[in-house]
Amino acid sequence: MIISGKALKYGDNIDTDVIIPARYLTSTDPAELAQHCLEGLDPTFCEKASSAGILVAGKNFGCGSSREHAPLAIKASGVKAVIAASFARIFYRNAVNIGLPILESEEAAEKIKEGDQLEIDLDKGEIKNLTSGETFKVSPFPPFLQEIIERGGLMNLVKEKVNSR
Amino acid sequence: MGMTITEKIIAAHAQKEKVTPGELVQVKIDLALANDITAPLSIKELEKQKIDRIFDPDKVVLVADHNTPCKDIASAQNVKLMRDFARKYGISHFFEGGKAGIEHVLLPEEGLIAPGDLVIGADSHTCTYGALGAFSTGMGSTDIAASWVLGETWLRVPESILFLYEGKRKSFVTGKDLILFTIGKIGVDGARYCAMEFRGSVISELSLDERFTMANMAVEAGAKNGIMEADSKVLSYVSGRTSHLSRVYQSDPDARWKEIIEIDVSSLEPQVAFPHLPSNTHSVYSIPQIEIDQVVIGSCTNGRIEDLKMAAQVLKGREVHPRVRLLIFPGTPSVIKQAEKEGLLRIFLEAGGIVAPPSCGPCLGGHLGVLAEGEKCVSTTNRNFLGRMGHIKSEVYLASPYVAASSAVAGYIAAPDEI
Repeated sequence: MIISGKALKYGDNIDTDVIIPARYLTSTDPAELAQHCLEGLDPTFCEKASSAGILVAGKNFGCGSSREHAPLAIKASGVKAVIAASFARIFYRNAVNIGLPILESEEAAEKIKEGDQLEIDLDKGEIKNLTSGETFKVSPFPPFLQEIIERGGLMNLVKEKVNSR
Repeated sequence: MGMTITEKIIAAHAQKEKVTPGELVQVKIDLALANDITAPLSIKELEKQKIDRIFDPDKVVLVADHNTPCKDIASAQNVKLMRDFARKYGISHFFEGGKAGIEHVLLPEEGLIAPGDLVIGADSHTCTYGALGAFSTGMGSTDIAASWVLGETWLRVPESILFLYEGKRKSFVTGKDLILFTIGKIGVDGARYCAMEFRGSVISELSLDERFTMANMAVEAGAKNGIMEADSKVLSYVSGRTSHLSRVYQSDPDARWKEIIEIDVSSLEPQVAFPHLPSNTHSVYSIPQIEIDQVVIGSCTNGRIEDLKMAAQVLKGREVHPRVRLLIFPGTPSVIKQAEKEGLLRIFLEAGGIVAPPSCGPCLGGHLGVLAEGEKCVSTTNRNFLGRMGHIKSEVYLASPYVAASSAVAGYIAAPDEI
């Protein structure tokens, strides 16, 4: 699958409280959550993300709370994928489970600049920066996670297991 | 090559002789919990998928503790959803109202955790139970929903980092100070994906309540879990509470460690983590005078009886500074009863504090003590991220109950021997 979009760049340790503040967690509606995604850090995020944005961040992206509302809000905001130098582990699992593409690359996270036009080949594990001409390789997901992604999220896999028992 | 406690618990639940860091394994779970913020997503996901079976209702725990007592209609609807779900599937461990408390204070107290257990929870501070020698870690709502159906989950076996604490603690240096100092030393991603094993003579001397505080904040260093050996203090705590079989593990002498970090606590002073990361730590004696507006004592980090005793020791016969609001959140109804019995509640009230119901509310800026623009708060909670407790321009300083209580009296951040 090929994803393309414009880089929206943020820093290190973007935590789930700033991605979606707890005061909005009475809702489970992704569209409603998306309206407040990253609003404390960048009040214009929602507007920028809606036109096929690719979120690019530094290390430890998604640290903090286990709230799945965070990747749900990002996905519903229109963000096509998240590239980070590293991800916090709960966020990583949540993103895989709900089908938000995430890519880990220190080099890409460092070199991509705000507004760069990117093209991601998920199958090849490649990020192309069309603005600078650079290409970054991303290590592939382990086979089991690949399976979850291919089925379109964890629950589809669970359903298959339940039906086969 | 031997194994660490974490590896041994994971191996036992994967029905394997041995596991190796980096390996992906399927494990059976002993318990999977969720709260009133995370459970609604799990429940709705199951409904959406039309899955209507739960592998074992006795291994599901639901706690209404975040937006409770319900702050608005939407929160009340969420708790109602949990209640209906619990009834439908015969889930007996559903806690609300006067039976509810802050989940990570409540579950050990209720005897739901035993040494050697493997527990997952849709709350990042699920790692708290490592203080009892259990493997416990936070996940999201979908992972928890899947585990409710299958009774298992997948784990990547973490590498373990050994933290050895030796020396003699100075006055007012608590488990909270040890963990804040540790996070300050290694950073908020210093143990990312790893198990943190806490050991040493200092850990043995700590009360269980202080050990819970340390394991609780392992996630603030990015860890998958924090863990300690289940010693005699742990075994006497769980005996009579739990019907589970305790499985006590120790790391082998030839276990593989990613790193061994030795910390001499002798020169350590009470710590304060400045905004906006738990790793921005300073000695309380080295900081300028920072005037504050609010103090929060409580939470899954420091809402246990020993924490309240520390606060009461400072507040006894003193008054809260006129500019400061002091909010005390005991972790569970039992903690409140014990505090009442020991006369702590009277001390808090006479000092001018507010005693609030057990709730996660203020810690995450949900309700019951939200901060306005520009306000500063000293809190015994676990996170001081941007806007965590309210307005994006408010500030949270993390500290122990000693420092929090002293700051409430002084009106600025201070240690007990500075007031």
